[in-house]
Amino acid sequence: MSDDRTPYISVENVSKVFGGYAALDDVSLEVHEGEVLCLLGDNGAGKSTLIKILSGFHQPSSGTMKIQGEERVFKSPRDASDLGISTVHQFGGTFELMSLDRSFFVGLEPTKGWGPFKWFDRKTANEIVVREMQALGITRVSDGNRLVGSLSGGERQVSAIARAVYFGAKVLILDEPTAALGVKEAAHVLRIIMEAKLRGLAVVLVTHNVTHAMTVGYHFAILIHGEKADDFAKGERTREEITDLMAGGEAMGELEAELARLVAAGTQPA
Amino acid sequence: MLALKNLARRPEFAAFVGTLFVFVFFGYFGWPTFTSALVTAGWLNVAAELGLIALPVALVMVAGHLDLSVGSILAAGAMTYAILTGHYDLPDYIGLPAGLGVGTFFGFLNGLIVTKTKLSSFIVTLAMLFALRGLVFGITRLTTSTVLVPVEVDPFVRETFGGRIWRTYENAIILWVIMALVVSWILYKTKFGNWVFSIGGDETSARAAGVPVERTTILLFMGSGFGSALLGVTQVALFGSAQVSAGQSYVFFSIIAVVVGGVLLTGGYGSPIGVIFGTMTFAIVSQGIYSTGWDSDWSSLILGVLLLIAVFTNNTFRRLALSSGDKKDESLSTARRTDPQTSPEPATTKEATVV
Repeated sequence: MSDDRTPYISVENVSKVFGGYAALDDVSLEVHEGEVLCLLGDNGAGKSTLIKILSGFHQPSSGTMKIQGEERVFKSPRDASDLGISTVHQFGGTFELMSLDRSFFVGLEPTKGWGPFKWFDRKTANEIVVREMQALGITRVSDGNRLVGSLSGGERQVSAIARAVYFGAKVLILDEPTAALGVKEAAHVLRIIMEAKLRGLAVVLVTHNVTHAMTVGYHFAILIHGEKADDFAKGERTREEITDLMAGGEAMGELEAELARLVAAGTQPA
Repeated sequence: MLALKNLARRPEFAAFVGTLFVFVFFGYFGWPTFTSALVTAGWLNVAAELGLIALPVALVMVAGHLDLSVGSILAAGAMTYAILTGHYDLPDYIGLPAGLGVGTFFGFLNGLIVTKTKLSSFIVTLAMLFALRGLVFGITRLTTSTVLVPVEVDPFVRETFGGRIWRTYENAIILWVIMALVVSWILYKTKFGNWVFSIGGDETSARAAGVPVERTTILLFMGSGFGSALLGVTQVALFGSAQVSAGQSYVFFSIIAVVVGGVLLTGGYGSPIGVIFGTMTFAIVSQGIYSTGWDSDWSSLILGVLLLIAVFTNNTFRRLALSSGDKKDESLSTARRTDPQTSPEPATTKEATVV
């Protein structure tokens, strides 16, 4: 899918080999600002490898990456985050026993004072975290002192997104953000994703859930065995086509037929 | 009622209850001697000395590591000081900083090995405990041909580190208070403290968030090395000699004090104030036993049981802390009711325009 605009990230012919096994094979992708790119695929299809390359945890074995048209090599996650690429892992904020304001500012603490007597400005941190959480619809959080572990899975996910947005992320990489959530919470997280998109961020959403992908996605890429099997815009494929592709092509149809036979056999009296 | 509930959620609360319990226990069974000035000084001195090690060790443990090498580092610091001043007659202003420096150096070595090899700090510091004990024995015998080195401590150093207030309360109590203030400041008030919590909570996420994990970890081990050596030189100033076998008991004493003080063994949670209560509980049990007229062997039994109760209550209090607040689903009340199955654009709300 080509486009006149310069993509924020463009991945060109990227491969990643782990000990002789190609986890990613010649994949090219574009990530645009103000757009949600859904990365679909079965387990082991290479989704994680791809986002780890995007976020600087892995370096590609071959191929290049361009950020705003300029070729870049990420040596560490820090390099990626310096260029505005922020990864929100499954379950979000992982510091269960830290207070929300402490965890929100880990590594980027606001300080007051001077020299060796600089101190972590908890008051400012607390105000910011409450404001940012409330702006994203988490109105229950009125005190940054509460422990992260006392938040629900969706709230933690939102806090992680809020953190990325607050620190100026241009690209949000979300790894299965709705996997562990209930229906209502998942809908809330999807809403936050749309909001991030409307604020002009590029979102890369990794998911198993075709429904969630079709809800927020604008652009879709499907990976099968490390290769890009399909790449299309919203409305170009039906749900059935996507599901079949995700499961690795025609296999799903056969599986369903066999399942139907078994179900039919099971319902007949023995 | 609410204030009480919030108090109960603080990490040091259980540790405070523990201290109160043993104080009342020995106050009753050790009546009237336990509350005398002399016995109070006895347990306060023990608590202060232990606290010099336990407080920096607590930081190491909040970061999710252990330091078992404190015993040998104490001896190394004390011996360095004693050999330089007592055997080679060098001035104290060289011997004392050298002793502290040696302790800090071996702490640095611990941290370096832990961060570079990714081996568990349990094994690394256990190896250090044994290797350094061997080194201290070997070097002491080679240079002095003994295992106990007497020192003519400089009067100023003796008064500062080994002095006693009203001839009973050791100056170590003042060092303990200073150490507690410094450690509390670091953990609660600095960026560094926030990094310590985050490393103990989830090292990988901390690294991803930009925390200098290696540097922070190494500094923490240097802190516990310094604390151990500080107690080492303090004991030399108190007793006027250093012994190669000094300090070994502090390996487990410090862990007991820290855990009874409410620090989670898995890291990520704990408080210096709790650890102060932990060291006091330890000291009251180990010293209070002498006021009761019972055999002092029983104190180990009490400490063992207390340790077990502490670990159990720590877990309970952690659960309580995590469940703070009501779990009502209010957060989603503002989320518009949307069905992702049918509506492709669920998120165009008013808030979306607020950039």
